[in-house]
Amino acid sequence: MSTPAAQDLQTLLRVERLTTRFRTRGGDVTAVNELSFELAAGEILGLVGESGSGKSMTGYSLLDLVDPPGYIAGGSVRLRGRELRGLPAKDWQALRGDRIAMIFQDPMLTLNPVLRIDTQMVETVLAHRRLTRAEALHRAHAALVRVGIPAAGERLRSYPHQLSGGMRQRVAIAIALLNEPDLIIADEPTTALDVTIQAQILYEMQTLCREAGAGLIWITHDLSVVAGLADRVCVMYAGRIVEQGSTAQVLESPAHPYTRGLLDSTPAAALARGHRRGEALRPIPGAAPPLAALPAGCAFHPRCARADEQCLPPPPQAEPASGQRALCWHPLPPGAALSGPAASLEAP
Amino acid sequence: MNTPPLLALRGIHKHFGPRPDWLERLGMHLGWLPPPARVQALDGVDVEIGAGEVLGLVGESGSGKSTLGRVAAGLLRPEHGRRLWRGAEIDATPVAAHGIQMVFQDPSASLNPRMRVGELIAEAPRTHGLITRAAQAEYVAGLLHQVGLDAGAAGRFAHQFSGGQRARIGIARALAVKPALLVCDEPVAALDVSVQAQVLNLFGELRGRLGLTYLFISHDLGVVRHLCDRVAILYLGRVVELAPADELFAAPAHPYTQALLADTPTLKAEKKHFVAIRGELPSPLAPPPGCHFHPRCPRAFARCREERPALREIAPGRHAACHLHEAAG
Ligand SMILES: Nc1ncnc2c1ncn2[C@@H]1O[C@H](COP(=O)(O)OP(=O)(O)OP(=O)(O)O)[C@@H](O)[C@H]1O
Ligand SMILES: Nc1ncnc2c1ncn2[C@@H]1O[C@H](COP(=O)(O)OP(=O)(O)OP(=O)(O)O)[C@@H](O)[C@H]1O
Ligand code: SF4
Ligand SMILES: [Mg+2]
Ligand SMILES: [Mg+2]
Repeated sequence: MSTPAAQDLQTLLRVERLTTRFRTRGGDVTAVNELSFELAAGEILGLVGESGSGKSMTGYSLLDLVDPPGYIAGGSVRLRGRELRGLPAKDWQALRGDRIAMIFQDPMLTLNPVLRIDTQMVETVLAHRRLTRAEALHRAHAALVRVGIPAAGERLRSYPHQLSGGMRQRVAIAIALLNEPDLIIADEPTTALDVTIQAQILYEMQTLCREAGAGLIWITHDLSVVAGLADRVCVMYAGRIVEQGSTAQVLESPAHPYTRGLLDSTPAAALARGHRRGEALRPIPGAAPPLAALPAGCAFHPRCARADEQCLPPPPQAEPASGQRALCWHPLPPGAALSGPAASLEAP
Repeated sequence: MNTPPLLALRGIHKHFGPRPDWLERLGMHLGWLPPPARVQALDGVDVEIGAGEVLGLVGESGSGKSTLGRVAAGLLRPEHGRRLWRGAEIDATPVAAHGIQMVFQDPSASLNPRMRVGELIAEAPRTHGLITRAAQAEYVAGLLHQVGLDAGAAGRFAHQFSGGQRARIGIARALAVKPALLVCDEPVAALDVSVQAQVLNLFGELRGRLGLTYLFISHDLGVVRHLCDRVAILYLGRVVELAPADELFAAPAHPYTQALLADTPTLKAEKKHFVAIRGELPSPLAPPPGCHFHPRCPRAFARCREERPALREIAPGRHAACHLHEAAG
């Protein structure tokens, strides 16, 4: 066994050139394209992108849960310096639900409808821990209390159908947290929930990461959710991370024209521009391309206001500020005000 | 003389019998669950929509937004209450039959997959005798142009279009009978932000060009603030606040609206300290007595637990259903 590099000891998760493809009749398509990013312990990373950009496939790829016709085509995923790619199935079983946990948009992917909550939780603990049943039950109760479930003792004896949607999602989160994982991957767990319930869950997740030092990858299409939650943000487009940086860098001074376009198209941006009600928003023209017909070079170029002939070869990784990276030939200059004049979006 | 509102809904009550989901059906089948009670989806709702106005309808899941939209559009008959079209009882008003159209969240669910887009759009105006077969192609092309699609779209099937384009097809279809009022039920909720902005702009343009009136249902406060003149906030089947959009967002009057605005994430890149509303949205099967919001309300007092607060005018054009305002007013 090789000794992990010293820098990997501070980094909880290091992902390098992770690539996942699907075999289709028209040939292979790349859903996750050379993804590289890092996550420190206690850090919250927001993974944002529009529908089909590859967010969920990234989550599944990190957990080695890619089903055929999909396959992980390459790259490296290291958790505390330990390479996870190529790990035997029994090692993965020991990791999942213990060191790494995943929370899905639909809590019923986690919950078993015919088992009582306490049964499910105790089993999850005992699968990974040598504890007595009573100790496991105690842990389960504590986990429910942590995610803010009132009358936790009573809830333990309920079946999933006796709980509301928001409550089921919180139980699913509690199950994910049972064994105090190092890494949590949450795939849009609040998208179907009301904002008041969402706020409660975001609050609980934030506290948990801070207190337990777990790393959290929060997958969402909603930029405003990561704004208040994440330390760092990765923006995906057509299978690639097109921009990453601290939340402030990405949201306040985006370098990639796609990030900028996304932010500018929101009603909130229009409001910040001081627009009057009913005035037009500034959408990104067109729609995201299907994976099977990705434009050559920068996949965003047909929709991009800054595109020119140079954008036909694949774009380089620009580093407009320390810790901020954008996959673009013409990144926006640092500090370009978010809701500034449209001129700053025009091609040079 | 005041012109009557385009559409007025007065004292609308609508309840539903049991509609268990599969988990509940399983629970009942195994004898763990008693049969469900009935849901009071709308519990005495009064709203008016003026001609040319955009009224936003906001509320959490299950608050009754879609039910109110369907009652407004005449697709659901309430147990109690009246619908007035330009001041006249609606059933006696022929124009109301196609004067109100609905636009849905997922147009593909309402678009027959075996019909070409042209036929889908022409279907209703043909049945209503608005156009002849001979005029159909030109009529459809005109509508497609209005919603930003090219005439060639008429010959294709709905599934051959992207989400944003399908939303446009749904809108063209609603416009085909020349309605005065569009009831839009979460029309952009399924779209990506960048595409959502395109469709919201289309709603804005059509309003200007055709003088349309909208009842616009959305749980997205940013969208509502952008588009709506006035906003009604629903909570468990009751309107708790009704106010001009600018005033509502600047100074929400009802504790529920205040909590809703506080919990809505913004684009500010600043670690937020989320403070959540206490507790869950109560079950609509057994709403709390008095003010429905009282178990979660930070300012509830004894009266809130017993007496239903009426929706009262608290300032010109502003309405709230809260005992705090009654006490103050
Ligand atoms: N079995 C499959 N064969 C081919 N392509 C697939 C298959 N399953 C998924 N994909 C593609 O993989 C891409 C990434 O999908 P993924 O579910 O990760 O997107 P996402 O960003 O999570 O989107 P959403 O916001 O809609 O959840 C999509 O473009 C999708 O079409
Ligand atoms: N056909 C029906 N049968 C039984 N119950 C129904 C029916 N339609 C609606 N309900 C119930 O009425 C209440 C209001 O539902 P409605 O669909 O109007 O809510 P909504 O505000 O549109 O919610 P959402 O945001 O989830 O769309 C809910 O409790 C719902 O379960
Ligand atoms: S009526 Fe009472 S409980 Fe209801 S919102 Fe007002 S203060 Fe809160
Ligand atoms: Mg997904
Ligand atoms: Mg609805």
